[in-house]
Amino acid sequence: MLAQQLVNGLFIGSVYALFALGYTLIFGVLDILNLAHASIFMLGAFTTLVLVLKGVPLLLAILGGALAGGLLGVLLDRVAFWPLRRRQAGPLAPLISSIAVGMIYVGTANGIFGPDVRHFPFDVVRTPTYTIGPVTFTLAQLTIFIASLALMAGLQLLLRRTRLGAAIRAVAENPRAAQLVGIDLESVYAQTFFIASALGAVAGILFALTFNAVSSVMGSAVELKGLAVIVLGGMGSIPGSLLGGLLIGLSEDLSVAYLSSGYRDAIVFAILFLMLIIRPTGLLGKRGLRTA
Amino acid sequence: MHALTAFYSAHSALINQIGVNALLALSIWVTLACGQLSLGNMGFMAITAYASVLLVLRAHWPFFPAVLAGTGLAAIAGLLLGWPVLRLRGVFLAIATIGFGEIVRIFAVNLSVTGGAEGIAGIPQLASTPIIYSSLALAVFLLWRLTRSRAGRAFAAIAQDEVAAAGLGIDPAAYKLAAFAIGAAIAGYAGALSAFSSFFISPTDYSFGRVVDMLASAVVGGIGSVGGPVLGSILLTLLPETLRFLQNYRDVINGLILLFVIVFLPQGLWSLVDRRRAS
Repeated sequence: MLAQQLVNGLFIGSVYALFALGYTLIFGVLDILNLAHASIFMLGAFTTLVLVLKGVPLLLAILGGALAGGLLGVLLDRVAFWPLRRRQAGPLAPLISSIAVGMIYVGTANGIFGPDVRHFPFDVVRTPTYTIGPVTFTLAQLTIFIASLALMAGLQLLLRRTRLGAAIRAVAENPRAAQLVGIDLESVYAQTFFIASALGAVAGILFALTFNAVSSVMGSAVELKGLAVIVLGGMGSIPGSLLGGLLIGLSEDLSVAYLSSGYRDAIVFAILFLMLIIRPTGLLGKRGLRTA
Repeated sequence: MHALTAFYSAHSALINQIGVNALLALSIWVTLACGQLSLGNMGFMAITAYASVLLVLRAHWPFFPAVLAGTGLAAIAGLLLGWPVLRLRGVFLAIATIGFGEIVRIFAVNLSVTGGAEGIAGIPQLASTPIIYSSLALAVFLLWRLTRSRAGRAFAAIAQDEVAAAGLGIDPAAYKLAAFAIGAAIAGYAGALSAFSSFFISPTDYSFGRVVDMLASAVVGGIGSVGGPVLGSILLTLLPETLRFLQNYRDVINGLILLFVIVFLPQGLWSLVDRRRAS
């Protein structure tokens, strides 16, 4: 029983971590809390669903969803944040403009697909089930877990080992100094939004495949939980997102098993609240994105 | 006159809703005026709404004492929440207060006294239009007086630069806590009026989306003065009604307006009114 709960918690926690990575990347680089992230999570899942229903193979459809998410992220930056950057607006304005774009994205999905929950065709999501000792899981769950970890490792490599990664870290450290050494800020911002949003979209796709449900309001299931993840792990820290995501996933499954399913989310938010009061930098936040 | 009463009886629910939403936008405006982005006001709404409804339905209290007791409870909750979180800045404060609001809502879903997910039905319609609008007028007047007072100038100074304000001998913690308590009390009071002007309440009335609506109204109207949040609430409450023909696409228009205002009219729509008056 305990082992099964732990495994379930890790599976869902890895998806939370992947979603929260987008929050934390954008916060680390631009100091913006991007509340449109959950709408891209949802639109990524819808794009993949539409492609699958048109007969595109699942893997290609997932890539399509990630690409669409990335482009929606770049668009978000251009319409919601770029005008405010030029004006050097305070921290409240970008928060609100991200809410506005979130409304537009969710509203568009609601207009096209309606409020109903959609499902993937059964043969697409049907996978073999394995039992190892006391633990049962599906191939899909395992793939999702591995894919999430691989994407996070890939991001970490990109930040540490590539020119783009060095540029992103430099901009996170000090935009003006980065500009002085010849880094094109706008290009770094656009690429950061593409990467963060593509990862958010993949998280949405994996979440949708896990529960075989896609709906225009599915983002609200993770929107606030993602905040708990980055606060717990540390705002701007990538290993922190992973740790936070897994811990939140575990705490959910364990509280359902041993306390009460009704208060599951209350425990998540109590963790968030206490963390902010006791240690606002999070478990791994001190170093932040600057050292990746 | 007859046309007027006919108009009122056809639209009284909407008219009440505008008044309640204006109070809610003012509740978030108070903390914004002090530079604090507090997003837990749906939690205060819920506390007062449930407390006053239960006092009326179960303990048979009269309307006003019940609402005032509930409002006091929200103000105390505001102080208790404000005390630990006020050292957090910007988005961290926002996230902590969102967490508070969600915890309140989850308790409302799970407790039996609040009726769980189904909520409480059969609430008497005690918050009439005159009560709602005289409350709004009083709140606008008091907040307007506040902005002209020593405390109001302290709020503005803290919003500008907290460290500099402290250097001028202002105690930021005390004023921030006061703004928190006032905002909580107004949000709670509005929550009670909202409960007593609809037939039932349930936890979904107090979700994160609720505080997003308050914030949008305050920002679209403009946070530079008391008039802004009222103007924003009128617009954003009426808009969905006039856009019914768009059906599921309605949120797109709301989002576009919010985006347009934040990008092109950073001081909100009220700045247009003010500019005309100045010239």
